[in-house]
Amino acid sequence: MKHVRVVEPWIEDPLVRFVTEAGARLTLIMTPAGQVLAQHGFTRAVDVMAAAALGAAIVSSTREIATTIGEGAFRALNHQGVQHGIFLAEMSTPRGPLLALVVYGSESSVGLVQLFYEDLVQDLIAACPNQEPTKPVIAADFERDLHKSLASLFGR
Amino acid sequence: MSEQFKQALDGITRVRGVRGALLVTDDDGLVIADAVMEGVRGDAVAALAASLSARMARATVGAGVGEQNFLQLQAEHGTLLTMPAPNGVLVVVLAEKDVNVGLVRLEMLRAVEAVK
Repeated sequence: MKHVRVVEPWIEDPLVRFVTEAGARLTLIMTPAGQVLAQHGFTRAVDVMAAAALGAAIVSSTREIATTIGEGAFRALNHQGVQHGIFLAEMSTPRGPLLALVVYGSESSVGLVQLFYEDLVQDLIAACPNQEPTKPVIAADFERDLHKSLASLFGR
Repeated sequence: MSEQFKQALDGITRVRGVRGALLVTDDDGLVIADAVMEGVRGDAVAALAASLSARMARATVGAGVGEQNFLQLQAEHGTLLTMPAPNGVLVVVLAEKDVNVGLVRLEMLRAVEAVK
């Protein structure tokens, strides 16, 4: 059974479908700032936070490289290892840009992940509610929201 | 597409009933070269066929019958054929249900020789 945890419920069905079909071992859906909205496969909060921060940083860095060489943005990045691959891509949704970080093993492939990632994007766009009005961030809210998100992501 | 790959695929697509032929990386499921009819999603066929072939390869080894040489999947409306080539390349063919499989297989063997 694929174990998915979400902060925002509309992400759950598309993400469950994606991890099932693509055979992803770990998946994060997050904002470009690294705020995690959903995760699959992680068991420790510290791993989620590290992966989200590093993934967001990689996308940010490569966006700057893309700008330097006159490319608007890279569509997706794939880091291929011996045992695992990491697929990182940015998508546009009615809720604004989101990032997907996917770790896959030898039972899957970058071709499969790319294929079902396209379906994930379409499913998320279809399921996504409209943009919430932005409000000023204050320290107390940030702390509370952070704990609420971590509780949702790890079922505590 | 390099001339070597183009010629390898041309021989296959000349067979009546073939809807597309692809050279795919067997571990990544990515398209190296393709010649497919309009409406055929080459990237999807490549990714899924490579995944299927990898699983079948594990199955044949697990069953003690050795490495797979050729895979034929007969479906309701067509046929999927795969054949591993050296250097991590997989030859994939999508064809009509009533295609002459023997002839396609021969051309796939020639394609394997061509990409060696």
